[in-house]
Amino acid sequence: MTTLSAKIQEVFQEPACQKNRSKSDKERKKGCTKILQPGAAAGGCAFDGAKIALQPITDVVHLVHGPIACEGNSWDNRGSKSSGSKLYRLGFTTDINEMDVIYGGEKRLFKAIKEVVEKYRPPAVFVYNTCIPALIGDDLEAVCKAAKEKFGIPVVPIQSPGFSGSKNLGNKLAGEALLDYVIGTEEPEVTTPYDINIIGEYNLAGELWQVKPLFDQLGIRIAACISGDSRYKEIASCHRARAAMLVCSKAMINIARKMEERYGIPFFEGSFYGISDMSEALRNIATLLVQRGAEEELLAKTEILIRHEEQKAWRKLETYKKRLSGKRVLLITGGVKSWSVVSALQEVGMVVVGTSVKKSTEEDKQRIKKIMGEEAHLIEEMTPKEMYKMLKDAQADILLSGGRSQFVALKAKVPWLDINQERHHAYAGYEGMVNLVDQIDRTLNNPLWEALRTPAPWD
Amino acid sequence: MATIIHSKKACSVSPLKLSQPIGGALAFMGINRSMPVLHGSQGCTAFGLVLFVRHFREMIPLQTTAMNEVTTIMGGLENIEQAIVNIYKRAKPALIGICSTGLTETKGDDVESYLKVVRQRHSEVEDCQLVYVSTPDFVGAFQDGWGKAVSKMIEVLVEKSSETVKGQINILAGSHLSAADIEEIKEMVEDFGLRAIILPDISGSLDGHLPEDFTPTTIGGTPLEKLKEMGKSEVTIAIGEQMRAAAMALEIKTGVPFFIFERLTGLASVDLFIERLSSITQKPVPNKYRRQRSQLVDAMLDCQFYFGGLPIALGAEPDLLWAIGNFLVEMGAKITAAITTTESVLLPNMPCETVTIGDLEDLETMAKGTELILTHSHGRGASRRLGIPLYRIGLPMFDRVGAAHRLSVGYRGSRNILFEITNLLIEQEEKKEEEKERTHFFTSLSG
Repeated sequence: MTTLSAKIQEVFQEPACQKNRSKSDKERKKGCTKILQPGAAAGGCAFDGAKIALQPITDVVHLVHGPIACEGNSWDNRGSKSSGSKLYRLGFTTDINEMDVIYGGEKRLFKAIKEVVEKYRPPAVFVYNTCIPALIGDDLEAVCKAAKEKFGIPVVPIQSPGFSGSKNLGNKLAGEALLDYVIGTEEPEVTTPYDINIIGEYNLAGELWQVKPLFDQLGIRIAACISGDSRYKEIASCHRARAAMLVCSKAMINIARKMEERYGIPFFEGSFYGISDMSEALRNIATLLVQRGAEEELLAKTEILIRHEEQKAWRKLETYKKRLSGKRVLLITGGVKSWSVVSALQEVGMVVVGTSVKKSTEEDKQRIKKIMGEEAHLIEEMTPKEMYKMLKDAQADILLSGGRSQFVALKAKVPWLDINQERHHAYAGYEGMVNLVDQIDRTLNNPLWEALRTPAPWD
Repeated sequence: MATIIHSKKACSVSPLKLSQPIGGALAFMGINRSMPVLHGSQGCTAFGLVLFVRHFREMIPLQTTAMNEVTTIMGGLENIEQAIVNIYKRAKPALIGICSTGLTETKGDDVESYLKVVRQRHSEVEDCQLVYVSTPDFVGAFQDGWGKAVSKMIEVLVEKSSETVKGQINILAGSHLSAADIEEIKEMVEDFGLRAIILPDISGSLDGHLPEDFTPTTIGGTPLEKLKEMGKSEVTIAIGEQMRAAAMALEIKTGVPFFIFERLTGLASVDLFIERLSSITQKPVPNKYRRQRSQLVDAMLDCQFYFGGLPIALGAEPDLLWAIGNFLVEMGAKITAAITTTESVLLPNMPCETVTIGDLEDLETMAKGTELILTHSHGRGASRRLGIPLYRIGLPMFDRVGAAHRLSVGYRGSRNILFEITNLLIEQEEKKEEEKERTHFFTSLSG
């Protein structure tokens, strides 16, 4: 457990995190995890976060060491897509019983690794620790080390017991496991000056595939996406990439920063959401690659691609303007980059009546204010009841949020769109923004809302 | 007679089983104005919440004591206390139902005595009932947690009474029943002039209705005042073997005798139920049920072509396995693979050679050569890989809509199942025929 608490302290000290940098020493020591209020908490645990971050690695066995709850209640519930192996879609767990709790679960874990290696022949096994084995003191690292020696494949321990903190912490602990056990352990077969890593993109609803063709057109190769639609080997050998983009900044910043330190791979924080953000991301990648030895010509090529793609997207979006102009959106996301979506929605004439800033930095907030105006309704915390009232009172025409508040909107008979991890539509890239606006249009302008709001004739 | 096989594997692959605490939590959700709480780390609740939201497509009231490493080691008194006070402040529930988890059971929290402390310290939560049930994750499965929670509610909340209200009966509903199933049972009982107190009643709380206002607790379900009066009923009808312990607890406490109906799916078993209602009430069977029975018989005639000798693979919790398995065997199907999650006295009597307490990997291995897989939504992978159609039964059903309204009890529910399964089989047959025609087309070309 000392290693785990040391790791947690380490990720809390993250120097590249802007939010962290603005804190006092004392604040920083407390870490980023808010003390949870019993009876008023919502959200996943560290194990959940670690699983979200790594499960998109498609060809490894993700083995959860714990009782049935951790994996049995949660497996196959995320929309990360694969172009290859489907092994990641299976649920593997030691499903520990009372005897294991009393005598320790190490033997069962070792045997479980043996079974999956023999049956599924994966390139690696990822072993996730959960609360009970952590509490009773199962030595995950030792078991994984022994299994690695015995079976001759990498067996990666991921220290992510749920009680150690939030989902966000779990993302970071997963990143630490990759840094300690995976990244840099193999050499790539080919390298080019156009190789990049994308960090913090999970290919939900196949979003990466919406962006990848843009890179293909520029001759840019994704060495590894951490972790959407990735293979073990790609991640193990991604330390030879020339540049990196950090997508969901707060989740995996430790990977980006440490890879810069260890392997000299420069990175920038960017987003694929929103037209201008997408263009900005392409520009940044091209610039970094040219700095690291790619042909100068890449910059010009990138500008041409951006011009074409932007024109195409705006032309498509133009057709929605008339139908969406003046419609009011309430935007509640866990994500930090809501401002990039805000600006895109404003472009089609929509009014963003409020947006969540729970996880945003001061800088993000200033940016949102700049885009939305000083009266912008920045929401730190909103109870479902308040949200329901706001929607019921028709202060917004549509809610864009994660699944958690889905029924708050639907029960108020207000249109709702999922823009979180369970979503079924891909919103990344130029095409994605058009998709999002198209989905908003279909949902908002559906005649059914009128019918639903009409009371029964006898009421 | 079936031999029970306990899987010897150290690694469960593609679990069939769900954990005890969330089974307990769902039982608490069958009570009006209630708020279930899992005493564990916040992830325990988050996973349960997402699972139920995806299944019911409803808002799910479920809270957490948000244990962390330190509070686990020091004991969860303060977390339990704060959770109760916070929930009461925000939601004013009539009942807070607390389920333990593997984490707090490993530590060994004495939650019963914590509740006494909370009662002493907080008179403001006086009008809120507190029920605690021990449901460690590393023992049993979903239906066990459900059964324990119901037993505990009876022990704590039902009042003893010497009075008997004529025409009032209790129905103890197993976790395998959908909202539509409970409504159907209620209707059957009411058609005989009986008034039923149903425990738990998810047909009131999780049937997908639109409430007038927004509250964080359940809206609908068994009202607490009714639950307290279960001791005044003439008789208790328990549906599913998993409710036996609860039915016994009720009889021991109040003297109300019980009948167990192992299942309400299939001609003979529904007959038995209707006949029992008729004999309890001394009333003739309403024409409506004579008609429904004859419709079921007709459906069985129409569908039997597809069922005679049909090899099937089943994966479900014991009571559901029993209900669906027996019905399909009565229709002529042969159970080649039967996988379940936990022990039950029913298992040795299953009409098949073996019942494995295992996972969906076991099911997939044994399902080769069968023509139909019946299990929850997680069976979709096995179904796709084997090219065998999947009929979804049980919880979770997250990749289809209408889980709450799927009816599988009574004459009408049995008929539904037959039609739906038969349509699946017809579709599969059509696919195979197309393939056959394609192959013959190409051979005729090359010949």
